[in-house]
Amino acid sequence: MRKSFLALAAGLLLAGSVDAASAADKLKVGFIYLGPIGDLGWTYQHDLARQALVKELGDKIETTYLENVPEGPDAERSIEQLVRAGNKLIFTTSFGYMDPTLKVAKKYPNVHFEHATGYKRNPNMSTYSARWYQGRYIQGLIAAKMSKSGVLGYIGSFPIPEVVSGINATMLAAQTINPNIKVKIIWANTWFDPGKEADAAKALIDQGADVIMQHTDSPAAMQIASERGKLAFGQDSEMIKFGPKTQLTSILDTWGPYYIERVKAELAGTWKSEDSWGGLDSHMFAMAPYTNMPDEVKKMAEDAQAAITAGKLHPFKCPIVGQDGKPVECKGGDHLDDGQILGMNFYVKGIDDKLPGK
Amino acid sequence: MQLVLEKRAERSGTIALVSPLIAIGLTILTMVILFAILGKNPLLALHAYFIAPLTDGYSLQEIAVKATPLVMIAIGLSLCYLANAWNIGAEGQFLIGAVAGSWIAVRTQGTDAGAWVLPAMLVLAAAAGALYALIPAICKVKFGASEILTSLMLVYVADLFLDYLVRGPWRDPHGFNFPTTAEFDPVATVPLLIEGGRLHLGSIIALLVVAAAAILLARTIKGFEIRVVGAAPRAARFGGFNANQLVILTFAVSGALAGLAGVIEVAGPVGHLQPGISPGYGFTAIIVAFLGRLNPLGILIAGLFLALTFIGGEQAQIAMKIPLDVTKVFQGILLFYVLACDSLILYRFKLVFPNRQVTRGAG
Repeated sequence: MRKSFLALAAGLLLAGSVDAASAADKLKVGFIYLGPIGDLGWTYQHDLARQALVKELGDKIETTYLENVPEGPDAERSIEQLVRAGNKLIFTTSFGYMDPTLKVAKKYPNVHFEHATGYKRNPNMSTYSARWYQGRYIQGLIAAKMSKSGVLGYIGSFPIPEVVSGINATMLAAQTINPNIKVKIIWANTWFDPGKEADAAKALIDQGADVIMQHTDSPAAMQIASERGKLAFGQDSEMIKFGPKTQLTSILDTWGPYYIERVKAELAGTWKSEDSWGGLDSHMFAMAPYTNMPDEVKKMAEDAQAAITAGKLHPFKCPIVGQDGKPVECKGGDHLDDGQILGMNFYVKGIDDKLPGK
Repeated sequence: MQLVLEKRAERSGTIALVSPLIAIGLTILTMVILFAILGKNPLLALHAYFIAPLTDGYSLQEIAVKATPLVMIAIGLSLCYLANAWNIGAEGQFLIGAVAGSWIAVRTQGTDAGAWVLPAMLVLAAAAGALYALIPAICKVKFGASEILTSLMLVYVADLFLDYLVRGPWRDPHGFNFPTTAEFDPVATVPLLIEGGRLHLGSIIALLVVAAAAILLARTIKGFEIRVVGAAPRAARFGGFNANQLVILTFAVSGALAGLAGVIEVAGPVGHLQPGISPGYGFTAIIVAFLGRLNPLGILIAGLFLALTFIGGEQAQIAMKIPLDVTKVFQGILLFYVLACDSLILYRFKLVFPNRQVTRGAG
């Protein structure tokens, strides 16, 4: 009995190692996720993209992910674990993984890294992000048209440039419709915490906001807006099932094409460290269908989307006046340049709030 | 026929020793069933959890890194718990220690400060942790406030204070508004023990703390006092031991150790101060303290074991695509069985046959 058990154990272990051997020929691609796959937002979209990748190149690659990896000291270990498990291309999918990714990248020059939404690069570490501010601009137009109270509610995550530029793009667009539009901002100080996000949505509605927008990852705010009969924008993913009568549109992260492109480059041996910052034109993100709005608002949104995609409309078109009333230097000709948007650390005029830490 | 728990006449020494082993055995059995239900090969899964991390130097280092704060905090907590003082707020003392140490690191940033920086950070962090722990201790001694509540509530105060600092005055000016201080200078960083690895001096400090606690408890009068006050308060009073003084002392020591663990974590593996430096170390350490039966050596083993489940859980996620939640379930089941088996120290199972009792009663 005991012998047969040992034999069974040995057999199972051997079977496992045979599996590993056949997988060794495939390129191993690793992913570090911030939230659980079931967050139905940010991490969910990254995982959808991973699945698209497997569907496209599944015979040549093998993917592995670690979920719920906190943006602290554990991240470095988790990334290194993926390296040690033989992954040659690793996507770290949150801003807070920047320093840990860089540390591991310097330690393993033969492994390639792709860090989402950061600004530090290395010969073996690329960055990638999307020009979500374009989508925010469209949302700002819709919000100003749809708001009866003239007060928008905005749930921020962290006051980093990506989020600040989203708020500014929203307000610049909204002001073209209603110059007196107001925005209430609550910083949740988290990317994913459904409880906090729901509380923020309730507080914003209590302060008179009737259109809720968010830069956090769960559908909690959509559900609250739906309960209270207000309108809201989804974030990262399609959230219409949480508010069939509530969602106006949603900025959809569509990482699939980028992941496929980068993995193909890795397979072909042409992978290079790059800084990819794609917008609507390169399908780095997409807009969910425009719903719960009159046809003329829908048409306006579609026109704006077409104009931005074609490069005819820039959300940060000059002149732009800062919160202090002084015009912002226009480094990109007739609009702010990428550096100004990537490092955005000011509010535009009309935002009645103080940027945290300013 | 009926199964009842009956109180033993005295504590069973044998069970006290084997109970953790029974608990681990039952946990593994449960996990095997769970893995089988999930459609994963249980043997391979157990191998990924418990064996694979022990087979290479890298994982062993990571286990030590993860266990370091847990062991240091748990040692301090065990002294409190032995003396019947219930410090639940080690997480807050950890954070305050991290903040106090970081203060020196932030203030000396970019100056040519000498080698005194790190030792000063360690001392200040321990002092700050001790002072922070003294708040609930003094409230208990002077006003009779429940130290369980006050120490727990101070965790949130510390958490928000740290949050305020890294979002405001201490924020890295070049960090694009992200809530973190700049990376500490090399003189403010805990040295690594192995070049290119992550094992740092803190692990050695943790071992020294374990040794010191073992000596304190086994060889000194103070250690005896702590144990007597906890086990037999009345006898301790007759013996002239001052229970209040011990509450103050054990709280201060455990706060100091938690604070020290905090600064070692930020000046070591993290390298800067940011929110979320602790994934609940102060609370996990409570589990470690009890899993180690409030015994220094036991705590060392328990800390390493819990760290092993973290690292193994990650490897199981990579190697076998076992979800992270299973690791959490696993830790929960382990604690459940430990507590359940502990009840066998004081109780035993007994089969009761009601019929026979009736006849006996009649006779």
